[in-house]
Amino acid sequence: MTPQELSKVTILFSGDSGDGIQLTGSEFSHTAALYGNDLSTFPDFPAEIRAPIGTVAGVSGFRLNFGSIEIHTPGGHVDVLVVMNAAALKKNIEDLRPNGLIIANSSGFDKRNLKLAGYDESATPLDDLRDSHRILELDVTKLTRESLKESSLGTKERDRSKNMFVLGFLYWIYGRSLERTTQFLTEKFAKRPEIAQANIAVLKAGYHYGETTEASLPRYVVKPAPQKPGVYRNISGNQATALGLVAASQKSGLDLFYGSYPITPASDILHELAKHKNFGVKTFQAEDEIAAITAAIGASFGGAMGVTASSGPGIALKGEAIGLAVMLELPLVIVNVQRGGPSTGLPTKTEQADLFQAMYGRNGEAPLPVFAAKSPSDAFDAAFEAAKYAIEYMTPVMLLSDGYIANGSEPWMFPTSGELSAIHPVKANLSEQPYLPYKRNERGVRSWAIPGQKDGEHRIGGLEKEIDTGNVSYDARNHEAMVKIRAERIEKLAESYPPLEMEEGEAEGDVLVIGWGSTYGAVKVAARDLNRDGFAVSHLHLRHLYPLHPELGHVISRFKKVVVPELNNGQLVKILREKYLVDAIPYNKIQGQPLKADEVHEALMNTIRSIVKNEKA
Amino acid sequence: MSETLTAKDFATDQDVRWCPGCGDYAILKQVQTIMPELNIPREDIVFISGIGCSSRFPYYMNTYGMHSIHGRATSIATGLKSARPELSVWIVTGDGDGLSIGGNHLIHLFRRNPDVNVLLFNNEIYGLTKGQYSPTSHEGQVTKSSPMGAIDHPFNPLALAMGADATFVARTADRDVKHQREMLLRSNQHKGSSFLEIYQNCNVFNDGAFEMFTGKDGKPFHTLYVEHGQPLIFANGEKGIVLDGHTPRVVDLKDGINQSDLWIHDEHDPFKAYMLTRMFDDPTAGFPRPFGVLYSVDRPRYEDLLVGQIEHARSIKGEGDLDSLLAGKNTWEVR
Ligand SMILES: Cc1ncc(C[n+]2csc(CCOP(=O)(O)OP(=O)(O)O)c2C)c(N)n1
Ligand code: SF4
Repeated sequence: MTPQELSKVTILFSGDSGDGIQLTGSEFSHTAALYGNDLSTFPDFPAEIRAPIGTVAGVSGFRLNFGSIEIHTPGGHVDVLVVMNAAALKKNIEDLRPNGLIIANSSGFDKRNLKLAGYDESATPLDDLRDSHRILELDVTKLTRESLKESSLGTKERDRSKNMFVLGFLYWIYGRSLERTTQFLTEKFAKRPEIAQANIAVLKAGYHYGETTEASLPRYVVKPAPQKPGVYRNISGNQATALGLVAASQKSGLDLFYGSYPITPASDILHELAKHKNFGVKTFQAEDEIAAITAAIGASFGGAMGVTASSGPGIALKGEAIGLAVMLELPLVIVNVQRGGPSTGLPTKTEQADLFQAMYGRNGEAPLPVFAAKSPSDAFDAAFEAAKYAIEYMTPVMLLSDGYIANGSEPWMFPTSGELSAIHPVKANLSEQPYLPYKRNERGVRSWAIPGQKDGEHRIGGLEKEIDTGNVSYDARNHEAMVKIRAERIEKLAESYPPLEMEEGEAEGDVLVIGWGSTYGAVKVAARDLNRDGFAVSHLHLRHLYPLHPELGHVISRFKKVVVPELNNGQLVKILREKYLVDAIPYNKIQGQPLKADEVHEALMNTIRSIVKNEKA
Repeated sequence: MSETLTAKDFATDQDVRWCPGCGDYAILKQVQTIMPELNIPREDIVFISGIGCSSRFPYYMNTYGMHSIHGRATSIATGLKSARPELSVWIVTGDGDGLSIGGNHLIHLFRRNPDVNVLLFNNEIYGLTKGQYSPTSHEGQVTKSSPMGAIDHPFNPLALAMGADATFVARTADRDVKHQREMLLRSNQHKGSSFLEIYQNCNVFNDGAFEMFTGKDGKPFHTLYVEHGQPLIFANGEKGIVLDGHTPRVVDLKDGINQSDLWIHDEHDPFKAYMLTRMFDDPTAGFPRPFGVLYSVDRPRYEDLLVGQIEHARSIKGEGDLDSLLAGKNTWEVR
């Protein structure tokens, strides 16, 4: 059979948490990236570390969308659903498109597994789907054991490589080389070559199974995507955030001090940074989030680049210290990798519900810049930019990411260090005496004298400061003036933003979609498709949520309607309505899941229809 | 240092705003007095405080300083010392600031052991908020927030520090000028986190709380100055303490007991130091309260270990190269 050519495919790997799903998915992704496909991935794991085996709660998933065209999201409906057990089928079947392909491990559908998944013991869930879907059943457990007949490993260890059988089989279906995964396994198990060999043997067995089996199997070709020429790597959002911070530290000449307390989904930033001590990076695993941020403030006071990261609950604890950083006017980057809230909420799920917290979550008038990353690779630029503004404007900056960006990954045409802009700390000129810690330059920025610098001795603190001297002041007029000064200096920083650019569409038209953060891919695809179909829809994606871009008001005024899709109950939309008195329309999804392009598409179509209706009326 | 500084050089132009008669004045004076003797350039000294009357301290020290937020001076100082190990970092905190809201950070500071000096001004009351009971107020203490007497069992700060593996544990009092001076110098000398509890009189909300230990009449009988290698003697040389197995007992030296039979203070012995801190607990048992360095031991400093790992990483991986970090291990080229 000649393979069928496809422009894009969405695969969802799913199985029990112990089935090696994440590894299978990420290996397939790496191979696809090396082959030249554009892609986007999204892992979705259970909240429990060891949820009961075989149950729906214990299902782990890895979604991959890859293609020969530009890919911006991990896909809408799934084309291929890989299920290692009955629970995985039960959990994900609704995501599979009609007529989609199911690749099932038949030994995961025995009586025991059916019962654990909550099916009747006599149920035949796979058979029930045969009319509507294409089903390939393989007894992966048995086939894996057979291919390891000769191995010296015990049964448990043999069974652990069954994910490699599935991976090998998929490599055959999509005509992919085993090279990259073979090399990966050899390196990963360098200390236990017998395990590496077993995994490789099973991987090959899966591939050969495709080749030799009698059944007529589908095969597909997904050609490389037309990507901008350059050198690429794969990167996840948390990794990119960490690298952006290291890069900013290198470009500013300031040592990076990272204070953090573990929390999902931010912990991987700590793990990544802890690997890069040879860059002078100091990681400090604090006793709590308050210690994490205050240690970072102490480091900044000492002339370092202080950074802290957490997720919503931890950011709540940091609130008072963020206010202190606002008063001290010291550089500090605060990363919030948002997750579903409120309270502990949905710790492993994604949401954009901490925008108000970032904007207003402090006592007193305490404005600070709030930026957002839009995709895994963009987290690098966003982190770099947050650090640049923090250092050059002597202010804490809040960077918003989320679980979807943090754990998702995509190809990244990484920059060289030479392409990154320089970062200039605002050093104090101590030849001018006395040193006035709160004297400002033309941009409203105070200068930074650090301990160890002679004649720069000064005291700062959280009490209100006298203009210029920074001495404690309870003077009524001084307080009012200082509140305004602190607000204006942050407002002013917007003057140095790069120009606003549309992601899709023209500078004027019918509908303007304004997005922020991780909805980027879904909104972009929806807007692109509508444009192709002749609708005047434009997509703007905001990096700078506070202060907003000075041109934003003009841009908004050139459209008939504004739609604001968000993974929350409507936050940016309220800010825009308040600031520009525009009747912006919210589109909200609050399910702990990323936005899908077809959902945005439908919302935009509704708005377009309403315009047409109004104009006819 | 080329110029010789005096205590005056460590005073700022800011008006000192404590209540007249507050014990904080005496401590400020001693700290300013010992500063020139440390032989540390003024610009290398940093005072960090939290919130409370005592925490106003940095404003009055002509060094670098930060008056931060309630309870967090210890963690701010940990970050500062980690970033800049060469600085001389002093933490000023109160019994509310350091043991209540900041209790968590204080014990974690002790276990990490960065080379900083903690001065805990213990006045057994919340001063700045005008007189509520604190974590060191004694049971039954009548305050604004405990009109019928406090029912919370108090912390024993030095025992708490021992329990958190602090490497230097000492006590002194505001009025005891000479002793305080000596303790400040010892705190500074210690390489690691030094914890100095200073009994400080809040004459407005808890006047005379330590009169027993600092006043002329009570002091000889209730205060025991411990010194390394010296026997435990008090009451104008009339009484001493012996160790009867694991039990300390007060003995009369007139009863023909030899000095060599007494408990000889060994500040490096953690078990005995713990017993000394525990003399706090039962005032009716007739024990004097020990002042001085109860415990001192050498343990690696946090900042040294942190920097050591960086140096080690550099020795095996080389100085970080940004371009190779950005590229990672797996790249591909699109032509
Ligand atoms: C987050 C926070 N909670 C409460 C307060 C109010 N507050 C200020 S100082 C203080 C207690 C101070 O007691 P202590 O540390 O013993 O210092 P003192 O004033 O006695 O020197 C309290 C509760 C505050 N400033 N910040
Ligand atoms: S309230 Fe007490 S501790 Fe505070 S300044 Fe007055 S006397 Fe000193």
